[in-house]
Amino acid sequence: MSAGTFSCHKISEGVGEGEVIISKDEIMFYLVRPETGEVIEKAHDIEGRSVSRKILIFPGGKGSSVVQSDGLYQLMMRKNQPAAMIIQHPETVLVAGAIIMEIPMVDRVDPKFYEAVKNGDRVRVDANSGTITIID
Amino acid sequence: MKGEHIVELTKDLEDMLEGKYGEGASLALKVQIGIGECFDAPRMVPITNSHVALSNQEADLWFAEKMAGLGAKTKISPTVNPGFCLAYFTDKNMVTEEEAGHMRRTHEAYKALGCRLTYNCTPYMDTNIPFPNEIVAFSESSATPYVNSVWGARTNRESAQSALCAAITGVVPEYGLLLDANRKGDILVEVQARMGGDFSFSLLGYMGKKIGPGIPVFVGLGDYVSPEAHRNLGAELNTSGAYGMYHIVGVTPEAPTREAAFGGKKPARTVVITDEDFERVLETEISDPGDRAIDFALFGCPHTSTGEVRYIAGRLDGKKLAVPLWIMTSSLTKSNAEKMGLLDIIRAAGGEIVEDTCSDQPCWHLYKGRVGVTDSPKCAYYPRKRGLEFVIRDLDACIDAALKGEVK
Repeated sequence: MSAGTFSCHKISEGVGEGEVIISKDEIMFYLVRPETGEVIEKAHDIEGRSVSRKILIFPGGKGSSVVQSDGLYQLMMRKNQPAAMIIQHPETVLVAGAIIMEIPMVDRVDPKFYEAVKNGDRVRVDANSGTITIID
Repeated sequence: MKGEHIVELTKDLEDMLEGKYGEGASLALKVQIGIGECFDAPRMVPITNSHVALSNQEADLWFAEKMAGLGAKTKISPTVNPGFCLAYFTDKNMVTEEEAGHMRRTHEAYKALGCRLTYNCTPYMDTNIPFPNEIVAFSESSATPYVNSVWGARTNRESAQSALCAAITGVVPEYGLLLDANRKGDILVEVQARMGGDFSFSLLGYMGKKIGPGIPVFVGLGDYVSPEAHRNLGAELNTSGAYGMYHIVGVTPEAPTREAAFGGKKPARTVVITDEDFERVLETEISDPGDRAIDFALFGCPHTSTGEVRYIAGRLDGKKLAVPLWIMTSSLTKSNAEKMGLLDIIRAAGGEIVEDTCSDQPCWHLYKGRVGVTDSPKCAYYPRKRGLEFVIRDLDACIDAALKGEVK
């Protein structure tokens, strides 16, 4: 049973499905533990929680032009990367990282999605067709 | 959507994408077209300079070796960031054979790609200075804002990998900070905090959470800002947030007046930075508590300038350090320091200058679980993952601490 389908814009191609985790803060993937996917940055909105195989909803990336990609790569090597990423403010560092590491990522999401979605929802992101579906 | 691109390509770039110049160039261009699509870039434009934030980390080596393995060569030979100095750290037995092997592979991959092996994160200070309005591809936290804001060149906030792709293809997608309209300020930042030298600019840069996304326009910083202060501001803006550019009214070239900085528009918001903001961030967010013994001092994140090495040598002349003091810098600055007699003074006090080296490298693992002092919040932020802890103070307080073995 679908609770709604919303439009979005493809940044990095692919399809991902999983449980939603929402971060109010921007994310630096280098300060995410590769073995668990747990955010270890002090005073971060989702400090101590895991992004592994989740549909990660956050404003965008931040920090170094170097280690952001290394953080994603380390997660990918252990299959702990997010299933897909939904962002609001694309910046080149994270965009390049997602494309090179082949992690689905989208932006320009229908604002109604943000009103409907909550932590723990099951969501499917299809970057190729530009749609996000809240499954339940 | 798949296989199509909305970014217009010249015949030559079509050929590159088809593989006429090898698989490496084709893949590099494919990545850049993906970036261009994300930002609705209408076309690709040539670059004439580049800086690649080599990091000697696994993803960095993976991508550089992948590109070199596919036969890619850089069309625009970029300067590169530091890893660690192989000769020094292997000689001192401070790295394992595996770590040395990793650095050797990084060196070989970037050599094969035809990069300028400068191993320095502050190329904008001496070795790679673009012209005003020159279109370039600069990665590295402090380098991107410096070349945009201070030199008036034009680059987006490239990642290490996207800058390498640009160096290989010789083009970048045209979007963002390459275009006049996107270089205007959004956020008015009124600095009411007391600015006591270059360290204050590090704290100001660390205000990213309060400043929020956009292009900040700083007022209240006087009419002269040193190269080191610009370096610190950019480095920390891109530790606490993601900023490709900033303006300082009356200082940076695209901000002769407040009106020019905002392009005649009104600021989207105004942020006031006070002494209390500095104290709060320093004490509760980034620094370990003071009033304690320390094990080492580490400077040079980003790399120390010749002026700073001279200052440190002046403070250490004829004295003995209680704990090791390390200065990370470029081979050029180290060579200057040697000729100027500064290296001898620093070594006589028990300190050392290491070239080609970054703080976030395995060569520092002897300090795992130890507490050091540094004047750089960025230096404290990234190596946390390696178990290094830091008390952050200004340069003078750090030197005092290294001489006494304890920090206030």
